[in-house]
Amino acid sequence: MTKRQSPMKKAIYSFALAIGLLVGVTSTASAQEAQLPAAGTNIRDQASLQRGAKLFFNYCVGCHSLKYVRYSRLAEDLGLSEDEVMKNLNFTGAKFGDAITSRMPEDLAQQYFGKAPPDLSLEVRSKEQGPDWVFNYLNSFYLDPSRPVGWNNAVFPNASMPNPLWELQGLQTAVKKDGSDEVEKLELSQPGKLTPAQFQQATRDLTAFLEWASEPAALQRQHYGIWVLLFLAGFTFLAYLLKKEYWRDVH
Amino acid sequence: MANVFTRVGDWVTERAPGLMPAYRKHMTEYYAPKNFNLWYYFGSLALVVLVNQIVTGIFLTMNYKTSAAEAFNSVEYIMRDVEWGWLIRYMHSTGASLFFVVVFLHMFRGLMYGSYHKPRELVWLLGMLIFLALMAEAFMGYVLPWGNMSFWGAKVIISLFGTIPVIGGSLVEWIMGDYLPADATLNRFFALHVIALPIVLLLLVVLHLAALHEVGSNNPDGVDVKHGPKGNRWDPKAPTDGIPFHPYYTVKDTFGVGFFLIIAAFIIFFAPTFGGWFLEHDNFLPANNLVTPTHIKPSWYFTPFYAILRMIPSFFGTAFWGVLGMFGAIALLFLLPWIDAGKVRSIRYRGTGFRVALLTFAGSFIGLALVGAGVVGEKLVEWVPSDATFWENTFGRVMTALYFGYFVFLWFYTRLGWEKTKPVPERVVFDHD
Repeated sequence: MTKRQSPMKKAIYSFALAIGLLVGVTSTASAQEAQLPAAGTNIRDQASLQRGAKLFFNYCVGCHSLKYVRYSRLAEDLGLSEDEVMKNLNFTGAKFGDAITSRMPEDLAQQYFGKAPPDLSLEVRSKEQGPDWVFNYLNSFYLDPSRPVGWNNAVFPNASMPNPLWELQGLQTAVKKDGSDEVEKLELSQPGKLTPAQFQQATRDLTAFLEWASEPAALQRQHYGIWVLLFLAGFTFLAYLLKKEYWRDVH
Repeated sequence: MANVFTRVGDWVTERAPGLMPAYRKHMTEYYAPKNFNLWYYFGSLALVVLVNQIVTGIFLTMNYKTSAAEAFNSVEYIMRDVEWGWLIRYMHSTGASLFFVVVFLHMFRGLMYGSYHKPRELVWLLGMLIFLALMAEAFMGYVLPWGNMSFWGAKVIISLFGTIPVIGGSLVEWIMGDYLPADATLNRFFALHVIALPIVLLLLVVLHLAALHEVGSNNPDGVDVKHGPKGNRWDPKAPTDGIPFHPYYTVKDTFGVGFFLIIAAFIIFFAPTFGGWFLEHDNFLPANNLVTPTHIKPSWYFTPFYAILRMIPSFFGTAFWGVLGMFGAIALLFLLPWIDAGKVRSIRYRGTGFRVALLTFAGSFIGLALVGAGVVGEKLVEWVPSDATFWENTFGRVMTALYFGYFVFLWFYTRLGWEKTKPVPERVVFDHD
């Protein structure tokens, strides 16, 4: 009779295998598109979320709604008071418990852009590369006189959206590859109010805010997750001891 | 206090005398082989996931709105405004994927140790019916959030029925109740998902267990403990190598459940979309019949069968062959007890040919899954941009041939005397540590 491995050893091996599969599969999933530079967002950084919210309400909410986010939830998760939110971030006269809507009527929006600007509540989650896509998109606007609104985007070619942050970023122009229409790189032809590094941080904050908005529960699940895992680890260890005790007399 | 319990117990027993004997038959006097290994956890884990799906499903229906106009919003309402709604939804969505993980492993265990051989054909057939019902249940549940992938997934899968000669077209309209997946489709899928199929699933699970307990459990050695020596500490007539299911396997499975829950909780709390495999990015956009997702593909657990569908080309002007191949891939599994005429059950004592064939079969299943998920295609576009489709089809068709080849090989291998088995021990092999 050959000696087989102990159950605990087997359990450790299978756990390692499971983790290996998890990592392998997740990395295959994210390798499906050309990888964009990482956004480097952190939704647990409340100051970053607050700066992002400020940018969103100054530059985005004119056209885009956040219809699944309530002002009250915004206040709670971003550590702001009801007063601060209602005075500084609410321009539509909505109630504290209402969802964040845009002031632009949909039929007018349709007329201006050919397509109503989308709601941004789930923008980050609906993109395969999530925050990285949004961050790079915000950094990749360039002047293109051939487009109806005069703007184009290297991450999302022929997007109908103009660069809302041009005052901050300045104006970018595209350097095309020889004999092709493909954008090789973007050059800052006229500086804006912010330095390139400051602008990257600003768009990182804005992306973090949209990432939070796409799943406010992410803050809760990560918070509770640790305790659930610790409890389960203890439970499983006790269950193992119980099993070992019962099985002592099985020969 | 104890007196009260005894009196209640006596009162019940007097009125339902069959209750305690039934409990003993299925729990304390169900003698399971003592040599179960890791692979034997997945049956009880499937049961745990089933209970999770039912309980979380009940709470989801309390806030879900069954209408094409409101379904998507109501799911976001659950995710954001319902107390613990996000947890309930993630438990349900993660549970759906993990259900298939444990069921695939449970089925593979059956293939490894020959659990479908006589006298357990009925157990296998009922299990296969559970698998079918589970696939229908998962497909309809996937449609309910009414995201864009729900819509297009439903459209593609229902369109498969359109390839059936003569009646196909009208059958598709009959299933959808409209010309596109629409409000009518959503409502009937909801009815089937929350009432009809769960009832069928529960009934089949009861029958699966009842059938198992009639014939007794198989084990990694494929030796029937019932035919071995008699007499153990609990009963002189019970098999010596059997131990009471309760408490021995109930405590062992509790450990297994704890271990499984650690993995499940890790996904639920830290990676609920699982990199887009458990919850797809395109499904965070509401259903839109004018905007097609870049890659329409089914949930990962359907990808092997979807790949077979895609890889079988059209003949005589119809794509019906692919549909036939896809359903055939499942139908052949039903027939396994009659395809495999081998005399030895467990892979431990079967011929080398069987081992190689089973490994190849498992490999082809994973290969097909990667084709169906589009992973192979996307890699090939990077490597051989000009011939990507050709190589994807070649790879996918070889995998399809290997999948079906397993059944053909097994038929001849076990009938023409090619299999050289190893001597099977008289009793189960068991080491205690």
